[in-house]
Amino acid sequence: MAAPKPRVKVPKKASKGEVITIKTLISHPMESGQRKDKEGNLIPRQIINKFTCEFNGQTVFSCDMDPAVSANPYMEFSAKVEESGTFKFTWVDDDGSVYETENEIAVS
Amino acid sequence: MTLTRRQALGLSAGAAAFLAFGTKAGLAASDATEAAIKAFTGGAMPGSGKVSLDTPEIAENGNTVPVGVSVDSPMTADNYVVAVMILADGNPNPAVATFNFSTMSGSAEAKTRIRLAKTQNVIAVAKMSDGSTYMDTKEVKVTIGGCGG
Repeated sequence: MAAPKPRVKVPKKASKGEVITIKTLISHPMESGQRKDKEGNLIPRQIINKFTCEFNGQTVFSCDMDPAVSANPYMEFSAKVEESGTFKFTWVDDDGSVYETENEIAVS
Repeated sequence: MTLTRRQALGLSAGAAAFLAFGTKAGLAASDATEAAIKAFTGGAMPGSGKVSLDTPEIAENGNTVPVGVSVDSPMTADNYVVAVMILADGNPNPAVATFNFSTMSGSAEAKTRIRLAKTQNVIAVAKMSDGSTYMDTKEVKVTIGGCGG
């Protein structure tokens, strides 16, 4: 499996107090643990089970995922910005790997 | 999307499993769904209103069904939505995802894409900061299930 690649869409600029929409997507097979391989053995579950979005160190939004979330999990949510800062996005894999990315926003 | 041989095999295996266990699994899932709702709300059955679930009426491909949820709330420090749980009562495991909001969310809205094994009800349960809970249910017709595929 290629290393999961996060993609995030955050506006570069916003006005103070604006509610912005953030879209995120990460490439990941989200193996549900329900599928079987050719020999009939269950393919072990491997999904991203937790997604978190932080702004300047404070959690804005998080999501606990179960195997019913599609492959390449997509998330769209909103955030209210009062000051310039950095959004930090974190995905946690079942195997303990953590994928991270950051985006800055200028608030005027 | 073109179906690869592997996917086609997976789908037919999934379909066969449903034929064999369809009714039984259906009953078990609704119990599991109710248990999941009660665990989330702390025992109470949620009221209706406030939550609105946005799903397609018919999903051609159960592997990626777009689902959106929005909750009517001012999202201020003393009145906001704590979390919204999404359930699919016809899946092998009804839990789908739980969105946790904060006062910094601005509005209680989220969208994602989910897997649905067959035609079934999708349920959203919202928990408010004052402890009250609300739910909304929508039926989604699934042409090709996303269970084995």
